[in-house]
Amino acid sequence: MGTTAEPIIRHHLEDEMLMLYAAGRLSEGWSVAVATHLALCPSCRGRVGVYEAIGGHFLDNEEPIEDDDAVAESWSRLKSRIENEEFPNVVTLRRPAGDRLLPQPLRSYVDRAGGLKWKTLGTGGAAQMIVPTEDKSTTVRLLRIPAGLPVPEHTHRGDELTLVLAGSFSDQFATFRRGDVEMADPDVLHTPRAGHGQDCICLAVTDAPLKFSSRLLRLLQPLLGI
Amino acid sequence: MEGQEPENDQTRLKRLLEAVAQTRDPAAFEELYKHIYPRLRSHMRRLAKDFVIADELAQEVMLAVWRKAEQYDPARGQVSTWVFRIARNLYIDSLRRRMPELDENDPAFVPQEEIAADRAIINAQDAQALTRALGSLKDEHLEVLRLSYFEEMPHSAISSLLGIPLGTVKSRIRMACEKLRWALQQSR
Repeated sequence: MGTTAEPIIRHHLEDEMLMLYAAGRLSEGWSVAVATHLALCPSCRGRVGVYEAIGGHFLDNEEPIEDDDAVAESWSRLKSRIENEEFPNVVTLRRPAGDRLLPQPLRSYVDRAGGLKWKTLGTGGAAQMIVPTEDKSTTVRLLRIPAGLPVPEHTHRGDELTLVLAGSFSDQFATFRRGDVEMADPDVLHTPRAGHGQDCICLAVTDAPLKFSSRLLRLLQPLLGI
Repeated sequence: MEGQEPENDQTRLKRLLEAVAQTRDPAAFEELYKHIYPRLRSHMRRLAKDFVIADELAQEVMLAVWRKAEQYDPARGQVSTWVFRIARNLYIDSLRRRMPELDENDPAFVPQEEIAADRAIINAQDAQALTRALGSLKDEHLEVLRLSYFEEMPHSAISSLLGIPLGTVKSRIRMACEKLRWALQQSR
């Protein structure tokens, strides 16, 4: 189908994270990265849609609480709330293309923090910006690594998710471009380096180890996996 | 069964919701309410645990269904999936957590059509096949899946909650997943 405006994403989110996001169980810090990846990745949006459809099925098959009085009472309350409600005719327009670097919802987070403000990291020219969230269990930040240079050493005890927004980085395993996600656990030693020609900007989320409980998703993985 | 083609629940819910969206028909909304609200109460109790809060939330979800009816797109899935999303987001709001949401009107948002057509993308049809497969699961299989979906619960806890051996929990989950996988393969 002709040329595509966006590169094909090769590194996707894990099913467990998508399911936790769909179920509403993923904390805010991880969710910022998941939602930002989803904005760039129709394929993962489709998979989240499947998990949401599963949720919808659970809802539909709940045992109804057929308590007639309570249902009638709450219906009359709701009815009085919706009577005389006015509906403004809201027309949503696709906003003109501006700076596409930060997709929503990430851009709102950065805007709320007063816009992009880089702080240099060490002497190599790399910089970062902490993205504030309400979530105390994670750290969300933007990283800028000058073209061709290695990602500065950093330690984390838990998992780390990196989402590329501009440029690219490579480690010994693969190259990651805009929209690609890398999930690294602290045991894997790798030394990523930004690609040549363009600074690499990514969103990184870290925490104490992510606890994935369900083996359910391991079983479903081949089904939804890419 | 009566009539030629009895209208199933999902078709009926779609018709009702579209009537609400197009004409703000209170009778259609009442019928929708009477189907969804009793199930929603159970669902919110599962999430919120506190029954009073759960009932309040269920009412807020129904209000949002009324207000946002025109945002429902039948091509993208079932009414119950759409309501599930609203319920999830309101529940998260109630915890004063934030659910970072997508904005399809954002210029950086990549719509599906910008991706080459030969890429297999899971779509509404797959979701439907999956929903059908879920519908064919026995209650006991559905329940173990449900617990893994909504709760941070190891299999041993599911085992003691349901009063069944651990091995049975595992085999039920495995069988349920195999059935779902099979259904999705058939839809391809």
